[in-house]
This record gives sequence, structure tokens and C-alpha cells, in this order.
Amino acid sequence: MTVYTLKIDGRDVAGSEGQSIMDVAEENGIDIPGLCHLPGIHDRGACRLCVVKIGGSPRLAAACVTRIAEGMDVVAHDEELEEYRRAATEMMFLERNHVCAVCVANNHCELQELSADLGMTHFELPRISPTVDVDLSHKLFGLDHNRCILCLRCVRVCDEIEGAHVWDVMHRGLETRIQADMGVDWGDSATCTSCGKCVQVCPTGALFEKGRPVAAGTRDERPFLPWLRVHQEERGL
Amino acid sequence: MSEQPAAARPVRHRAAVATPAGETRASAYVCEAASCMSAQAHDITVNLAAQCAAAGLTDVMVKRVGCLGLCAAGPLVEIPQTGELFAQVKPGDLGGLITALKSVKPGATPKPQGPFFEKQLRVATENMGRVDPESLEDYIGRGGYEALQRVLADMTSTEVREVVSQSGLRGRGGAGYPTALKWTTVAKAEGKQKYVICNADEGDPGAFMDRSVLESDPFRILEGMAIAAFAVHATEGYIYCRAEYPLAVARLRTAIRLAQRAGFLGANIADTSFTFDVQVRLGAGAFVCGEETALIASVEGKRGTPRPRPPYPAVEGLYGCPTLINNVETFANVPAILRKGADWYASIGLGKSRGTKVFALAGRIVNTGLVEVPMGMTLREIIYDIGGGIIDGRPFKAVQTGGPSGGCIPADYLDSPVSYETLIDLGSFMGSGGMIVMDDTSCMVDVARYFQDFCRDESCGKCVPCRVGTTQLWMLLDKICRGQASLADLDQLERLAKVVQKMSLCGLGQGAPNPIFSTLRYFRDEYLAHIVDKRCPAGVCEIVRLPDARPLDAQPTEVPA
Amino acid sequence: MSRPRIATVWLDGCSGCHMSLIDLDERILDIFGRADLVYGPLVDVKVFPENVDVCLVEGAVSSVDDLERIKTVRERTKTLIAFGDCAVTSNVPGMRNPIGVEPLLKRAYLENVDINPMIPNRIVPQLLPTSQPVNRFVDVDIFLPGCPPHADLIYTLLDDLLSGRTPSVAGARFGR
Repeated sequence: MTVYTLKIDGRDVAGSEGQSIMDVAEENGIDIPGLCHLPGIHDRGACRLCVVKIGGSPRLAAACVTRIAEGMDVVAHDEELEEYRRAATEMMFLERNHVCAVCVANNHCELQELSADLGMTHFELPRISPTVDVDLSHKLFGLDHNRCILCLRCVRVCDEIEGAHVWDVMHRGLETRIQADMGVDWGDSATCTSCGKCVQVCPTGALFEKGRPVAAGTRDERPFLPWLRVHQEERGL
Repeated sequence: MSEQPAAARPVRHRAAVATPAGETRASAYVCEAASCMSAQAHDITVNLAAQCAAAGLTDVMVKRVGCLGLCAAGPLVEIPQTGELFAQVKPGDLGGLITALKSVKPGATPKPQGPFFEKQLRVATENMGRVDPESLEDYIGRGGYEALQRVLADMTSTEVREVVSQSGLRGRGGAGYPTALKWTTVAKAEGKQKYVICNADEGDPGAFMDRSVLESDPFRILEGMAIAAFAVHATEGYIYCRAEYPLAVARLRTAIRLAQRAGFLGANIADTSFTFDVQVRLGAGAFVCGEETALIASVEGKRGTPRPRPPYPAVEGLYGCPTLINNVETFANVPAILRKGADWYASIGLGKSRGTKVFALAGRIVNTGLVEVPMGMTLREIIYDIGGGIIDGRPFKAVQTGGPSGGCIPADYLDSPVSYETLIDLGSFMGSGGMIVMDDTSCMVDVARYFQDFCRDESCGKCVPCRVGTTQLWMLLDKICRGQASLADLDQLERLAKVVQKMSLCGLGQGAPNPIFSTLRYFRDEYLAHIVDKRCPAGVCEIVRLPDARPLDAQPTEVPA
Repeated sequence: MSRPRIATVWLDGCSGCHMSLIDLDERILDIFGRADLVYGPLVDVKVFPENVDVCLVEGAVSSVDDLERIKTVRERTKTLIAFGDCAVTSNVPGMRNPIGVEPLLKRAYLENVDINPMIPNRIVPQLLPTSQPVNRFVDVDIFLPGCPPHADLIYTLLDDLLSGRTPSVAGARFGR
């Protein structure tokens, strides 16, 4: 195994060949934000929050999908990058209808936390306010497209971990939506195993467990797979 | 582009509708590319052949050819012996053509055809309007497959790449990456299978170069791809063509079948050990699939969205294998370079931009159509000498090049030579070669809004800055166009445009703010007129005038009691 | 030197931010021992006064009346604070934006009403097409997000302002 040494924000760090900048940063306690990134599933470089500067290149690279190389000089935090990250976070808030106060994920939402970390206090641009659906057809879970930021963690965890591939993407641009099977209501999905992994990984309140009040509890209190088993037993599944 | 029912009709293979048994005294070349086809060009071919037969003109050839270039004046018929070009020909009124064909003297020399044709230099389009696009014999008769045969007989793959390198050919899809460099990367990449892909997913508004090349000279693309495949050790190829080009697809499929039958595709090409075959893949109309990683995903049958590079397709492309992707026009140049030599090709052009470039002239220009010119020709020569100037003699305002990622170049720079570098210096982009000419009836803010609307609609939705940012940019431009914006909105527009450019995942989002940057650079006064004076200098935008000074979203809503 | 003049304004919001202000508890005595409260729902003054130093604006701008008021506030105030999520992002009032005014009023006053359904069109101000945060219409000097902002944050901010320090909203966030 080849070990590379590189610099992130001026710190000398090391990682093995094939690791991403994000991986190495995480191992060294350097926090690079990312909402589509989730360890254990494939990265797609889509939320753009983890963009970093490499060497003197004018092109920004997504840390989650850029593999490390010997002698790399990575800048993960500077005023310009923070400004871009704030702008991207603002765009996510404005795209659909995020109302933290009445969201099931209030207080345990990664988008909300990120905005606080970035010191965001307001938005400069207008909300787009699209009309989007809420799918409550599933027995245990709900899908509120108003809160979806299209990180596609649900799509990947369902495909790569659960192996069911219930979720995929339809339409494009602002019309992009996650969809169950080939566009059926979630409750009618023939492939969904009700495992709840998608709910567990959702960074916002787009996928949620039914019957819990606004802002109730945090995900961290529930260990991942054991929680799912207990939950399914309770519901007699 | 909307579908053309006439063009979609399946075309039967035949070399010519009327072929003289003996010497051909006169010929009629009927343009059967999509534009003329949509105006009953095929009926002209059929009727003309019948009328020639009825008139006893047994020494006249009536032939279907590809694009004759002057699309605005179609349907077109050319008599090559005299150089006469008949415009706006009607299938029911061919008397003039018959008379002209009768009067052609044997051994006639063609008359000059005017600057539209004479100032052009045709390399990629040298067979366009000369050969029957569905006749392999015709193609071979014009030097077709000479290059491939020579390559297979006498050259190593390294030598082929060397020739392409010396020619200075660069990617004609827009970015201008040195072709030989890409070929070498693929050739040297490790992989048990390698692929060659022809990017024919032309989608820029106002661009139709690739379509015309495919409709007029499809064998040329197959030959170029085969040479490239030999140079990079690939055995399989794909042509990714948008489904909105049914005639191009039909002709490509015919050409592939004929080339396979003649041993120019498939196993043991030209009796050597070289094997290469090509399939056509249809794009379902997403602009982003012209981006190479999205294109590859689409060829693989996946959702056509781009992925971050590196790894580049040359290293990890189709099905994870090294893959060469070049644009139609790039492949179209390859056979000529190998036939006539790198020095010849390198002798054309300006600076680091060698060879020729095909442009689709559109907009407020007299000669709408397809032209090929040497790199380094000035915009003025292209627009005024070849393009015939502005319709109704109105003043030229700007030319938009490079599609939605390009920019608008104003009149002050009409004497700039056209090359990859100069266009970038001017804040635009070569792009695939669309040139949309605008006069004083165009509002540049409205133009920026149009291109932003295009990008917003075509955003694949994968990354946030493009998906949301292009819409926010469009909303700001719309606000400016309606006279509702403040100077703070203009600052906001510039700030956001920078974010979208820097943060987006692929070229679509990274290039989407370019029309805004270039119009702000050259036409800031028009933005200010909309914002400060609440008027549109070109009279295009509908300024919303309200009873009180409040902006639109602050007007009270009337609700019925 | 005259004492600083503080005002509070309640636009389209639930008054929760004002409740949070009251949650300053005994610290209210500290703040208003150093400044005068010259206008707001907690004060019986009908007209927004001139020469206000600091104004806390709760709520989104949703009606013609809100719009007129926020303009007056801006004209007469040195430091305008968007106070809480509704003023900062339009928050819950903004949830009506995708619906549109007419369907909204029909739903609220006709379809869901059993006795004498009618859309009120007298005395109550007309709605704007959408409910917008304060900074869509006037310049805002300080944003204090939160639903509601915690009393500690309000105290720190007002204390900073009254003490002449650079005002801090550190720790403020959207939602709870």
C-alpha cells in the first residue's frame, strides 16, 4: 500500500493511495462540510459543499471524489471557499420550502446545522417556493419533497446497502424528484423492504418516521440497524 | 429543433435517381439535407428525374447530395458544370432547371459562385453537396477511405498519432483540447477493452454543423473514427446522436451497413488484422448529454448526468474502460489530414488554432447556413463577406458564439480573427461553432435571459449551484428585463454568477453564467437602462409599469369578496 | 445625552419572538434601565415615533399594512433588527407562497367555515401576493434568526448595542 503525504490547510497529513481528500481530512480531524457525502456509500460530488482548492489550480475540486496524491497542497478553508459554501447552502434553503420551525428534523437537521456552522443569519436571494408533494402512503414513513435537497443518500443506501434499489431520480433541473420504483407512491412500492435506512440517512426532514412530533428526538440516539429491528418488531412486521 | 416529417421518411439507397448510360453532360445536384428536405426537396429529385426522362435528356444525371450550405435559400439545386445554383426551387415548377440542363455545353467551366462559396475553405465539409450521402462509391470516388487504407497498410498507431499531433488539430466540440494528446492518453491507458465515441449530441441553440456533416457525408465520420480507433487500439465505437436528427441517424445507419458490407467496418478491415465496428446510440434530448461523462452514462443506459473529472474518460470511460470521445467535426477532419498530410493542415490557421472551422450562421444574417473557413478569418469577413451582412441592412450589434456557454461579441471586435484564443480573450468561446448574429432589434439583457432560461431548463439537477443557481440567475435577469430590479440586484447577479461558475460540477453550470459576463462586459449600459431608467433601449422587453412605485411583489392582491 | 430609544414591531408573526423578549426576565430591568421602550405591542403608543435607535421587527411582510409599517420603521430607525425567523426568512407565513392568495383565502374563509362563510375585505389589510422577509423590502442592519431567538441571544445583542460594542449574533440559527 502506497502512503502519500500531503498538506491540508497547511497541516502535514498522510493517507493511503485511493483515499479521497475528504477521507484523509476526516481522519485528521479537519472538518470539510458535505451533505451528499456519507461514509459507507459511494460519493457523487454533487452538493459541492466540500469543494477545495488544490495547488494553484483555478478549478475547485470536490474533496469527496478527489483522490489524494503525493505532495498535494489542499486549501479546504479560506474566506472565498466559505463564501461559496454559504452561497450553495443558501441555494438549498431557497430551492424548496424549508421551514425549520415546523420541520420534523428541526434541531437534528444537517442542513440547519451547516447553516449555523457557516454563520448564516439570513438569505440574500428570494425563495423559489415551488409547489411540491408530500407522500404519506407508506405505513411507517413519510416523504416530504419540500425538504429534499437531492443529496441522494437514500438512493445510494437503498441500492448499495439494502440492495433493494427502491429509490431513483426522475425529471431534471428544478423538477428533479426522488421517486420510488418507477414513480409509484412509496406505499405501493413492490420493492421497499421498510428497512428505514433511507430515513436514517436523510440529512434533512425529507424522509421521516411517521407519528413523531416536530423536532422530536435525534437520530443519534438510535443505533442504526438494532433500532430498525426493534422498530419493525414493535410494529409487527 | 422540431422534427421534420419529410426528413424522417426512410430513404432508400441508390446512387442517383437518373444516371446516364454514357458520358454525363450535365448534372443536377439536389440538396437533400434536413433543411431542404423539409421543403419537399425529395419531390424535386423525383420529379426532376422524371421530367428529364420525359424530355429525353439521357445524358443528364440527377443526384441527391448533402447540404449545399445556403440553407436560408432552400430548397437548392446546383448544376456543377456551370456553377449555377437554383434557390427556392418548387417541385411543381422545374421548367427553368430543365432549360438550364438542356443548355449545358460539354466541357463547360463553372462560373464563380460568389463570396459565400469562394471565401470558404472546405476540409471537414469538402464532400458536402458533392457526394450522395448514401453512396459508398461516391465517397470513394472523392478520395474516401484512401486515408484509412494507407494507415492500415503503411503506418503504426504511433505514426498516426504523430501526424495528427503535427497537424495541430484540436477538439472541435468547443474546448479545443489537442486531439493528439487525447489520443495518446487513450492509447497509453491500460485496459483490455477501449472505445471510440463520436459525440453527435449537438444541442447549442443555433448550431447545426454536426447534423449537416452527418447528413451529407456520413462515411467520412466512420472513416475518421476507424483511423482514431486504430491509433488508440480500440475495437468498438459508438456514435451518440440526438434522436431529433432522424435523417442523420438514418443516413448513419445506412452508411454503417454499407461500410460493413464493403469491409470498411467489422472484422479484418481492408484485409488486415484491424477490427473495428460502430453502433449508433440515440440521445433522448438532454443537452447535458453532450458533456462527455453524461454522454458515457447515457450510452451505458444510465441517467444522463455528468460526474466529476478526474478520472477523465480517456482513462476511465465507457464501462470503466479507456475511451476516446471526439466531436463529429474533429473526426471529419481526420481523413483529410491523413490523406493530404499534417503539413498541409498545419499551414492553415492562426497561432495555436490550426486548420478550418465550420460555423452555422444564424440569426439576423442574410445567408443563413453552413460555412467552413480557415481559423484566423475575421468576424467581419465571416459575417459580411460570406454571410452577406445583416438582414435589411440594419446595424450589426453583436454575434453570439459558443452556445449557452459562450458570449456576445460587439461590433468593436468585428475585425478580430476567429480562433480558440481570441474568442476566449473576448469573453466568448469557440463552442461547437454556432454564430447567432444580432442587430439593433435585440436586447442584450433579453439575450442573456434567453440563454439562462435554456441552461435552467437543461440543468440535469445533479449539483446544487447549477440546479438552483441557474434559476436564481434567470429570476434576476427576468426582474431586470421587466424593469423591476435595483442596482443591488445587479450586484447580486454578478456575485451569484461567479458562484455558479466556480461551484458547478460540469461545463453546463460552469459555462452558464458566460452570457451574463459577456453582456455585462460589453453592454452594461443596457442593463443600467433597464434598472435605472426603466426602459429597454431595443424595445424588446416588456417593462412592467405599475400604478404606484412599489415593485411587482409588493403590489396588493385583489381578491373577490 | 438622551437615553437610547428602543422600539419593537409585530408584523406577520406569532408573537413568539416578543414572548422570548419577555423571557429576558429580570434582565429586562437591566436593558430598560438603560434605554426607553418607545413603541411596540408592549407599549400603548399608536404611532411609530421618530428617532428610534434600535427597532426589533418580528414577523414577515405579508400585507399592504405590513409594507407601509416597515417602510416607516426604516425611515425612523437607526438600527433595524430582523427579529426571528419570520422577519429573517418569512418562515411559517411564507408557507402560503406556493399556494397563492386566492386559494388560500378561499380555503381559510369559505371552504373550512360552516356559518356565514365570507372573505373579509373590510378593515383588514389586503395581502401581498407572497409573504416575504423584511430584507426583501428594506435594508436590515442585523439579522437575529431563531424560532424564536433565545432570550440569551436577545440579551447579548441588546447589551452589545447599548454598551457600544460590535453587536454579536453568534450562536443564532434558523429554527429552534
